[in-house]
Amino acid sequence: MPTVRIDQTKCIGSGQCVLAAPDVFDQSDDDGLGVVLMPEPPADLLPGVRDAVDRCPAQVVSLEE
Amino acid sequence: MTEAAVCPVPHENRVHPLGAPAGFEEAVSNGPVKMIWPNGVQAWVISSYAGVRQVLSDRRFSAMREGGPEMRTEGEPILGLKQPGNMNSMDGEEHLRLRRPLSRGFMVKKMNEMRPRIQQIVDEHLDAMERHGAPADLVSALCLPVPSLVIAELLGVSPEHQELFQSTAREMFGKNGSKEVYDAKAAELGEVLAKVADEKRASGTTDDLIGLMVNETDFDSEELMRLAISLLAAGHETTSNFFGLFALTLFERPDQREILQRDPDRADVMVEELLRYTIGRLGGAGLARRAVEDVEVDGVTIKAGEWVAVTFLANLEETLCPNAGELDLERKAVSHLGFGFGPHQCLGANLARAELQILLRSLFTRFPNLRPAIPVTEMAFREDSITYGAASIPVVW
Ligand code: HEM
Ligand code: SF4
Repeated sequence: MPTVRIDQTKCIGSGQCVLAAPDVFDQSDDDGLGVVLMPEPPADLLPGVRDAVDRCPAQVVSLEE
Repeated sequence: MTEAAVCPVPHENRVHPLGAPAGFEEAVSNGPVKMIWPNGVQAWVISSYAGVRQVLSDRRFSAMREGGPEMRTEGEPILGLKQPGNMNSMDGEEHLRLRRPLSRGFMVKKMNEMRPRIQQIVDEHLDAMERHGAPADLVSALCLPVPSLVIAELLGVSPEHQELFQSTAREMFGKNGSKEVYDAKAAELGEVLAKVADEKRASGTTDDLIGLMVNETDFDSEELMRLAISLLAAGHETTSNFFGLFALTLFERPDQREILQRDPDRADVMVEELLRYTIGRLGGAGLARRAVEDVEVDGVTIKAGEWVAVTFLANLEETLCPNAGELDLERKAVSHLGFGFGPHQCLGANLARAELQILLRSLFTRFPNLRPAIPVTEMAFREDSITYGAASIPVVW
């Protein structure tokens, strides 16, 4: 199964991942940092996840396929 | 090593007000070149999409810009100074400490909650423009007051101080202003903001940015003041200039404007394309960094201590999308560099997006026959600021 992760230590809470794949990512209400809602997303959501990997300004979103 | 070329100062050398400085594209498009800035500092100009992303995200480049290349003829730009609360020129943990707590105030969902209020502010200004009648100045009727009111609300300060906000913002981004004038303005604004901060402390609110900073961070009072001022200034000088540039771009491209007017609900995606294209087309050598160790970028070694400046021309590179040199409002959004990249990527990007999307959709829906009262090439552009834009945009409808 493809697995999505965020390394929060360098996340800047930009929300680009949320814009790219709103079903897969959210921002925490506590600190605004990116969180993964769906660690193993179905195939139809993967293009959005790849977009998030590309757009994340802190380069902390990863997709292991 | 050949002599470094002189970096053309954009405002003086633009052939077209919406285009790059003369000769700039030719000078930088064959890989990194060293250029000399008006203040005498030399910097490598990086123009490839991959190179720009590397420079902006690689921790071996520092954002500390004191003494760096700038489009300013005298003194240091306020934005580049290393002073408490200036996250713009900080690195690593020091930068994250200031930036992280604020990102909560700019969350995507928070910006979405703001949309109805932004719409209301936009509608009020469009009503006023209609009542005023043609001709009107789009900059003072819409581009400037809307972001000004929105950022004031987001910070939690009353709009009665709008004139002070706007003049401080102009000093902060000014190219020719002195640090003394800015400091005087900032002190005046600081007093207003200190009162606001006391009120937030008393009420304990975290609903706005000042409340968030006062009640949920360890920022000291100087950091808090400087951050509040820079957010006010950033909120004023950026969205307003860019929305003006968007309107001018569309005035010159009736074909693209028709695409917008046919399908205004796609304004969200169109804003990304307008950002990519207008910022890319203006070119110029935008953001500066300094190598802290030797780094290879686009085949050259940037030595420790050397300056680099990245250019937004990279937005027009074919790797990003086919026909990248052309505006195409029908394309899907691509990851452009308009808001930068890496840890300093624009903190206000989601706010700017919401504002620009609502402005774009509303203006051309409300005034379908809007057109410039004079040719775009005859309009006055601001020569006095590091943020570029039209000084006024006379329109009729
Ligand atoms: C169209 C509008 C805007 C554009 C094109 C824009 C562009 C940028 C760019 C390119 C950077 C990166 C600077 C660097 O890497 O050195 C930046 C940073 C920043 N922007 Fe914006 N901006 C816009 C609107 C705003 C707004 C509305 C705010 C509101 C508060 C804002 C606040 C900031 C702040 C605080 C930073 C510094 C972030 C950091 O250093 O971590 N910007 N912006
Ligand atoms: S895009 Fe990257 S930096 Fe931004 S919130 Fe998501 S994980 Fe964090």
